Order: sequence, then C-alpha cells, then structure tokens
Amino acid sequence: MEPFPLPTSNGSDADLTAALAEALRGAAADRRPLEIRGGGTHAGMGRPVPATPLEMTGHRGVVDYDPAELVLTARAGTPLSEIEALLAGNGQMLAFEPPRLGPGGTLGGAVATGLSGPRRPFTGGVRDFVLGVRILDGRGEVLRFGGTVFKNVAGFDAFRLMAGAHGTLGVLLDVSLRVVPRPAVEVARVLDLPSSEALERVADLMRRPLPLSGAFHDGRRLHLRLSGGRAGVEAAAARIGGEAADPAAWDAIRDLTHPALSGPGGLWRIALPRTGPSGDFASLPWDQGGGVRWLAAEAPPPEAWAQAASLGGHIERIRGAAGPAFQPLSPALLALHQRVKAALDPDGLLNPGRMYAEI
Amino acid sequence: MLDQFDPRLDADFPAVDPAVLRARLEPLLPAGGLLTRLESIRAYETDGLPAYRALPAVVALPETVEQVAAILRACRDLGVPVVARGAGTGLSGGALPFPGGVLLVLSKFSRILGIDPVAMTARVQPGVRNLAVSEAAAPHGLFYAPDPSSQLACSIGGNVAENAGGVHCLKYGLTVHNILSAQVVTLDGEILTLGGPASDAAGYDLMALFTGSEGLLGVVTEVLLRLQPLPETTRLILAAFDDVGRAAEAVAAIMAAGVVPAGLEMMDGPALRAAEDFAGAGYPRDAAAILLCEIDGQAEDVAEEIERVSGLLRASGATEVRIARDEAERRRFWAGRKGAFPAMGRLAPDYYCIDGAIPRKALPFVLAEMGRLAEVHGLEVANVFHAGDGNLHPLILYDANREGDLEKAEALGGAILELCVSVGGSITGEHGVGREKINQMCVQFSPAEVNAFHALKAAFDPAGLLNPGKAIPTLARCAEYGGMHVHNGALPFAHLERF
Repeated sequence: MEPFPLPTSNGSDADLTAALAEALRGAAADRRPLEIRGGGTHAGMGRPVPATPLEMTGHRGVVDYDPAELVLTARAGTPLSEIEALLAGNGQMLAFEPPRLGPGGTLGGAVATGLSGPRRPFTGGVRDFVLGVRILDGRGEVLRFGGTVFKNVAGFDAFRLMAGAHGTLGVLLDVSLRVVPRPAVEVARVLDLPSSEALERVADLMRRPLPLSGAFHDGRRLHLRLSGGRAGVEAAAARIGGEAADPAAWDAIRDLTHPALSGPGGLWRIALPRTGPSGDFASLPWDQGGGVRWLAAEAPPPEAWAQAASLGGHIERIRGAAGPAFQPLSPALLALHQRVKAALDPDGLLNPGRMYAEI
Repeated sequence: MLDQFDPRLDADFPAVDPAVLRARLEPLLPAGGLLTRLESIRAYETDGLPAYRALPAVVALPETVEQVAAILRACRDLGVPVVARGAGTGLSGGALPFPGGVLLVLSKFSRILGIDPVAMTARVQPGVRNLAVSEAAAPHGLFYAPDPSSQLACSIGGNVAENAGGVHCLKYGLTVHNILSAQVVTLDGEILTLGGPASDAAGYDLMALFTGSEGLLGVVTEVLLRLQPLPETTRLILAAFDDVGRAAEAVAAIMAAGVVPAGLEMMDGPALRAAEDFAGAGYPRDAAAILLCEIDGQAEDVAEEIERVSGLLRASGATEVRIARDEAERRRFWAGRKGAFPAMGRLAPDYYCIDGAIPRKALPFVLAEMGRLAEVHGLEVANVFHAGDGNLHPLILYDANREGDLEKAEALGGAILELCVSVGGSITGEHGVGREKINQMCVQFSPAEVNAFHALKAAFDPAGLLNPGKAIPTLARCAEYGGMHVHNGALPFAHLERF
C-alpha cells in the first residue's frame, strides 16, 4: 500500500531529536534543570519552573499517518491545529478533544498536560488514545515505549504514564495516537433544567445506549451533544427533547471560553465521581456529565481541597497563579511518585516542581 | 525450556529453608490457608501454558487484604520470591511459580462487593470471574466490556495484571480503558489506592502503569470497574474470500470507511475448516479466509452500517456475504470462532498459540512471510486474528510426542514474533510476556528501555521479589539471547560480558 502523503508544513518540519538529546546531556552533565516549553498555552496549569528553557516547538511535523490504520504519529512540537486539520481532511479526529487554551498549542503539550474535553466520559481521555511515545529520559537517552498498534502488552505502559505527567518523567519527542472517525452527524440540544435535575437526567441517559458525546450545564441550562449516524442521532434527539442548538457552540465548552467559565480570576477543574454527592460544589457549572465542576475564581476556598478529596475527587488549576496547582497527594502516594520520577529522571532535571515540589 | 529459571540469566535469590517459610507464614493465615504438601501444591505448578512447570515451596491462600500485606512483608523480610496467581488461565506463564518461592493465590477474593447502576461501576475482589461481572450487571442493562476468550474462568485480578483484551476491545477498549481504580498492596505491605472514582486522578497515572504489569509491581486486592450500557441491537456479518490478502484489504476498507465494528475477526482456510468440523458453525469450507464483522449500537445506526459494511465487503471481492438472520445464527457463527482453539485438536495432537500484534497494513506481508517461516521449520500454521486491531493468533500445529517438535514449534513461534516486531508491531497483543516471551522482549526493546522498565519496577519493588524472571528480561539474558540472533552482522549488547 502506498504511504499516505503527509503535509509538508511549509518546510518547517524538523527532527531535532539529536539536538534535544545533546541539550539534555549537557544539562545532565552540569546538573542544570530544564523547563520544557511548547506553545505555552497551558502555562497556567502547573507551578513555575525556574530553570533553563528547552524549546520544543521547532521539533515538529507529522511522522506517519495512514487513515486506514487510524493511527497518527507526530513530533511533540507539532501544532495541534495542524494535526486536527489533517485529521478533519480525512474524516477523522482526536477522540479526547483536548481543550485549546490559546493559539500555538502543541501535541506534546496536549499529551503532557493530560487534559481531555467534553467527550471524556463517553469516549475516553488522553491516556486512552496514546499508543506509544518516544522520549528523552533525564539522562538524555532516547527511549521508545509502546508503538503504533492498538493492542500491545509488551513491557510496562510507560507511554500512558506520560499523559498528564507534565513533562516530569521525560521529554516527549513524538507521540503515536489512536484517532477515530469523525461522526457523520453532530447535533446539539439545550434543555431548561436546573443543575440537580439535569444531573439526574444525564445519569439516566448515560445508562442507555444513546449516542451522547457531551453533557454540560452552564448553571442555568443543560447542553447536550449527540454524535453518530444520522438515523440514530435523530431518533435520540427526538427522545431527549429540548430545543435544537448549534453544535459549533461546543467549541467554547471544549476550549473553556464559555461565559460560565470566564472571569478575571483563575479557573479550577474539580473532578468528582459523576453521580456522587457534590457538597459545596453543587452550584457550580459542570461538564462531562457531572464528572467535572468548573470554578472560576482566584482560588478555591481553603476547605475545598479536603472536601474534594473526601468526595473521591481532586482539584487542579487551569488558569491563574494561586496555589497549590494540583490536589495534594497522600504521603505514601507522594513517596511512590518520587520513586517513579527518580526511575526515569534520577537527577530531577525535567520540569522539577512543575506538579509538586517533590517531583 | 524456559520454565527452568536460570540464576545467571534471570534472578538469583539465596534459598530459604521451607520450614522457616512455613513457620513464618502459617500464623498469618487462617487454618488451611497455607498449602505445603506436595500433592496439594502440585495443582498449582502450571497456568494456562501447561508446557511450563515449576513447584513453589508453599501456596498461600489469604482471605483479607491485611493477610496479603502480612505475607508480602514476610516475603520481603525473608528475601523469598512471590508470585501472585488468579484463576491461572494466562497463556504466557505469568503465574508460573518461582521454584522454591511463595505462590500467592487470590481465589478466596471472590466477592462482587457492589454494583452501582447509576454510576455504572462494579466494585469487585480480584478473584471474581470476568463473566460473573457482566452477569451481575445485566439486570441493570449494563455489561463489563473486556471479554478475553477465557472469560468464563479468568479472574479480574488476572485481567488487570495482563491488561486483558478480547473480541470486542476494538470498540470498547482493553482492561486499562475499563477500570477506574484499584487497591494494590506493595511488597512492603503498603496498601495503596491507584486511580479513583473521579476521572484522571491527581498525580501520575499509576493505575495505567500498573495495568498490564504482570504482577511485577504489586498485588491487586480490589478493583472498581467501569460498566457500559448493553447495546440495543447486535448484528453479525460473515464474509468469505477466495484469497487471504483480499480479506485483509476488506478489513482496511471497513476501518478506512469510518466504521468501528464491535468485533472484526478473521480466520484462514485451515482454521475455519477445523472450526467448522468442530462446531458446525455454517462456515463455507472452501473459502481461503472468512471475516466475522459484528456491529452493535442503536437499531437505526446498526441497520445503516450493516448495509454499508456489506457493500464494502462485496466491493473488496468477497465471494459471499451473509448476515446472521437471527440471534441463534449469530451465536452459531461465533461458536466456530470461539471454538477455533480447541478445534485444532482435529488437525494435530498439540498446538502452540502465538500472540503478535502488527499494523493492519502489514497483514498481507506478514501472512506470506509466516507461511514461508512455517515451511522452513517444517510445521503447519492455522491463523485466527482479531483483524480489526491487528492482533494475530497463529496456531502452530505440532506433536509433543514427536522428538524435537516442541522445540521446532517454539523456534517458529519466536521467529513469528520477531517478524511482528520487524514490521513495527509487538511480541504480544494481549497474552502478556510472562515467562514465555521473555527472550523476545530483547528484540522489541533496547537495553536502555529494558533498564527503564527495571527502574520502574524497583520504584515499587526494590528487592525485585515480585514475579522475578517474568515480563522484563535481565540484560544478561538479552546478551545471551541476542548472541544467538545476530542481525545484519551487528552484535547487540556488545558491551556486556558473554557467558
């Protein structure tokens, strides 16, 4: 079979593996920590890393893509927009709908931050679609984990571990993703339901084999999205009722620019069990069928952290500067994190402190 | 044979006096919870790969997580290797006991602790059988998606350890996609919860790292599973081809068209004829290959997709396209596929099931090359694939009673796995590395990658006592194995001492 022709990105594609490895080995030699930088769109998510920058945006380009294989491999600095346009041109998409927090976001940033969009409870998160990675470990060694096949249980799934590790376990060089067909039809409905009734309604709908692909509540109204074949989507829309809406409005929900999520202060993502009690977070707008509550504020109230944990959830900062940026870990789990970090980055050179001071 | 652990090439632990071991473990367990007599231990000497056998010093049958923790601590203190075992159905020798070590059997952890139909979760102990979860969820209109062919017998703990797949994982994912959290015990006896009931737990995704770690990182004592709604409608298409390559092209055409079948299986001529003789499934005996394509979902969508897929199959040169008329016929079509392995008994006294994964586009090349390799080794191969996700199960036919046949089968199996790696695939799609494919790991991964795996293991198990000699080879083993497989004149692991 002929390889699928890849876009040339105006000649800007470049494989900087050798230069990046060299930079890392240099940093390792003089124990100089590095801050891994992509497009900078997710800078608000972690703690500041006062270290020498390692610029990744030059290491870009799609390495392999064959639509019939449903697998795409690209260098970490490849703009997400370029990848999404290429996929769209072939009737495919990224199933985890990474939020686009600004122009210039990269594939590496989307994977490293591990942030998934509205489809998360319906199709899965970033780590569910990562098939393999090539990384530089803390010594500047190139390692490949996983591959380009759907089923692969050789070795530990260190590639999934990279999703959401914020670059603290390795510098992502390239990532192989499973991609999915774009649904033939997408429709949006809006229902006038208060938050708690909407939650129950969504929980009930999710128990049925319906083509739901989004369930967001803005504080006043429930927004549903349906994706699939025409006949199935239309039948489901009729069953669900409400008013028809423009599915393009879901871009704002995905990209966290919806008015309910905006404000001058920060934005906090509070993940909770989808159908459990929500404590003081009950009045917040929610997405992912109730699995994520959004708090637009400078900082969560101090007691929120303990409450999120007691509800089985956790908080992370998306925008803003107040700390902590991530839900504190139990001492035993934190100690395990330190050992895992040391396994791949023994000198603590890669984004040290980005997630927690200790890793 | 690889069931013989080699202290030089695997792991070396000072022998522990069985009497000391018994004295230390017996008080930690309920009466009858420690098996020490040869006749009761013998039942555990092998798992689903019966060619490999080894005897542990003792078999421990704990009933509580505290007992598991206490046993693991004792093993750490004594420096004795410990292997966890679920139902023992694994096909790669992952639960093969370490000779003279402790076998930790989780069969008494057999309770479903709760089904939450609103949250769509099931909280289960690791000894619960895979199929029992779906049976318990069915009254709520839900099911547990991963369905390895051993689902009647295999246990959830083993599924987590192996990241089990199955026929339907093309659409519904592997075990890693269908678990929310797990309670695990480390060798230090520390009880940890990885993952959580809310998605994307804080910190590293240790749940994902742990899934498929083949018992090298810790022991699973409880799992929170994600359930899914039972599909409204399920239909199955059977398509016949007079050429295996054309069947492979039809698979690519279906996937490229944006269809995500619930299952997409392929069998070649020898496999389908044996299955037909065994199960009377109604397969066309003269076909060179058949595809089974299952579509599920809402009735409206399924009707539309069945129409599309039938068209694609015909356009790809199918000589016959049959849609199962009713549930009885659908089950019969599946019965042939599911009986494919036992059906091999009609072709040869023994078969050796291989489990490689390849990019789908490499299928025609790999099939041709596999035929050539089989000829070189003088053995027959029948092929069964999870075609949609590129997971091959070549079945090597041999006769264990014939001198040298088993060795030939193992050599051919190894060559097929290396072929999978050479086209960008993997030495194991779903059965795990275990003991069986420990040498082939050296082909798929570089010494630096193997070292990284050891470092990750040490983060959980610094003493290396959990399931030693499995899943991740030592570099000494790779040096020895690599020495026998010189590629292009280049000797890998050149810096290592040769034995």
